[in-house]
Amino acid sequence: MNMDKPLLKVEGLSKTFGGLQAVQDVSMVLYQGEILGIIGPNGSGKTTLVNLITGFIKPDKGSVKFRGRDIAGWPPHKIADLGIVRTFQNMRPYYSLEAYRNLIVPLNSPRAKRMGMGRWGERDTVALDILEEIGFERDSFVPYKKASALPTGYLKRLELARCLALKPEVIIADELFSGLSASEIASLVPLIEKLQGGGITFIMVEHRLRELFSLANRVIALDFGTKICEGSPKEVMANPRVRQAYLGPGGSD
Amino acid sequence: MAEVQRRKERLDRGIKVRAESIYAVSSWEETAYLLAPRIILVLGLLLAPLLVQSPYWKRVVTVVCVYGLLGLSFDFLAHFVGLVSLGGALATGVGGYASALANKALGLPVFLSIPLASLAGGVVCTVLLLPCLPLRGVYFAIVTLMYPLVLSRLVEAFNILGGTDGIPGVQGFGGPWAESYIIISALLLCLFGLRRLVNEDLGLILRGVKDNDQAVKASGISVTRYKAIAVFIASTLGCLAGAYLAHLYMWAGLSLFALDFSILPIAATVIGGGGTLVGAVVGSMILVPLSELLREFGTLRIAFYALVLMGFIVVRSEGLMVWAQRKYHQFERWVQI
Repeated sequence: MNMDKPLLKVEGLSKTFGGLQAVQDVSMVLYQGEILGIIGPNGSGKTTLVNLITGFIKPDKGSVKFRGRDIAGWPPHKIADLGIVRTFQNMRPYYSLEAYRNLIVPLNSPRAKRMGMGRWGERDTVALDILEEIGFERDSFVPYKKASALPTGYLKRLELARCLALKPEVIIADELFSGLSASEIASLVPLIEKLQGGGITFIMVEHRLRELFSLANRVIALDFGTKICEGSPKEVMANPRVRQAYLGPGGSD
Repeated sequence: MAEVQRRKERLDRGIKVRAESIYAVSSWEETAYLLAPRIILVLGLLLAPLLVQSPYWKRVVTVVCVYGLLGLSFDFLAHFVGLVSLGGALATGVGGYASALANKALGLPVFLSIPLASLAGGVVCTVLLLPCLPLRGVYFAIVTLMYPLVLSRLVEAFNILGGTDGIPGVQGFGGPWAESYIIISALLLCLFGLRRLVNEDLGLILRGVKDNDQAVKASGISVTRYKAIAVFIASTLGCLAGAYLAHLYMWAGLSLFALDFSILPIAATVIGGGGTLVGAVVGSMILVPLSELLREFGTLRIAFYALVLMGFIVVRSEGLMVWAQRKYHQFERWVQI
C-alpha cells in the first residue's frame, strides 16, 4: 500500500434515519492498494457507511472525495462508473439469468466498454473468463446454471465477479464472508490477495474478525455510528473500546 | 400405516437437450422439433385470412393481431422489465392520432404515416411516462392507467384534434388483403424481434432491471435510461397498433383511448402465459374471437366472457403457453419419496 496516495477521503460523514443517528461524523482515508477492514457490532452503521460511500443513500453531511473530487450525493451508477464498486451483504444476483449472463449486464456498462472489457460478440467469453478467475469451473455446468440454482458460496463469488467486470479501482465488500464455511473462506482469501496484488484497493466490512485481520492492512472499528478506533489489526484487536463494543461493558476484563 | 408419498418429477426430453447444442441441425427430427411450433404459428397466422370467408371474420383476424401487438407490448414491459403498465390505450391513442395527422395534415401515404407515427408516438409516450419511471409496482400501474383517461378528456375539453368528432377521412388500406397482411406481418416481425431482443445484451440488462435494479445501479448502469428505452420499445408497438387502427377505421377519435386497449391485452397475456411473449398473441387469438362469438347472448355476453376468463385462470393459472411449452419440452412422471 502506498501511504502517500489517498484514493478515497471521507470527511465528517453523517446520516440520520428518523431519530436514529446511523452514521455520525465518520472520517477515514483509503490508500491506494490497501485492504481496509471495517468492523463493528450489529447495527454499528457499517452497511450504512458503505451505502453512503457508494451513493445508495445520500449523506446528510460530510464529503466523500475520490482522487480529490467530491462525490458525496452522486447517484450510485455514476459512482460505480468511477470504479468504486460494491458487493451486497444479501447477495443480489439476477436470479432468472444464468451465471455467465449475470455478467453480461455489467459488461455492457459504460465503464466496462471504456475499459475494453469485450465488444459485442466477445462478452460471453469475457464473462466466462471472469467467472473462471473467480472460481467457477469453466468446463462444468456451473457457469451455465441459473443464479437461482446456485449455492451461497457461488453467489458471493458472483457478487465479486460483477465488480471485476467493471475493472474496478476500489471494491467495497459488504460482509463477503458471512454465511460461508471456513473452507469456502479459505479459498476466497488467496483470491482477494491476488486481486489486491493486481492493483485493486479493498474496503472489507466484516464480522469474521479472524479472517479479516489476516487480510487487512488497516482496520477501522465503528460503534453506534461513530469511529471508535483505527490502526493495524493488532492495535485494533487490543483496543479496550473495541472489546467493550463487542462484549459489552466489563467485557474487557 | 405408512402413507405413500409421491411427487411429480419433470425431466427435459432428450430431444430438447440435444436441440440446444450443435446437434440442432444434424437431423431432421431435431430441426423439426425446433421449428414446428414456430411454423404452426406463422402458417396459422398467414393462412387465417384465406381460411375465413366473410369480411366480418377477416376483420376479426386483424383485431386479434392488434390486441396481440398490445399484449406483446404489455408482456415485454411487465415480465422483462418489471414495469406493469395499465395504460396500453395511451399508446394506441397517441399512435392513432399521430398517424391520422401525418396522413391528413402532412399528406403522407399509409406506408409512411404508420411507421413514422409509431416512432414519433413512441417518443411522445416515453416523454410522458418519463416522470413515472422511478415509481415501482402498483404506483407506476396507477399513473399509467390515468394517462389515456386524462388525454382523452383534454382532447374533449379543449376541442383540439377534432374534439369529440375526431379526425375523419384518414386514408384506408384499399382492400381486405392489405388490411390483413400488413398487421399480420407487423405482429410476426414484432414477436420474433422481441424474442430475439430479450436474449441480446440490451434485453439482458432489462431483465436485470426487473430482477434487481440495485445490482444494475451497482454495475454503473443508469436504470432510468434503460427503463426509458424499454418504454420506448413497448410504446412503439402500441402506437403501431393504434396507427393501424386509425387507418383501418379511416378515422382517429377518442375511442382510441378506450379502456379496452389497456385491459384486454392484459387478460390475453394472463391467459396465454406471461413471460413467453407468444402467450400474449395466443391469448388474444382466444379472447377476441370468443368475444365475437358471445355477441349472440346480447347483454349476457360480458357474464359469459367473465366465466370463460375465470375458467382459464382457475384451470390454467400459469397461462396456456407456459403449460404448453412445459408439455412440449419435458415429460412428467410420479416418483415415490
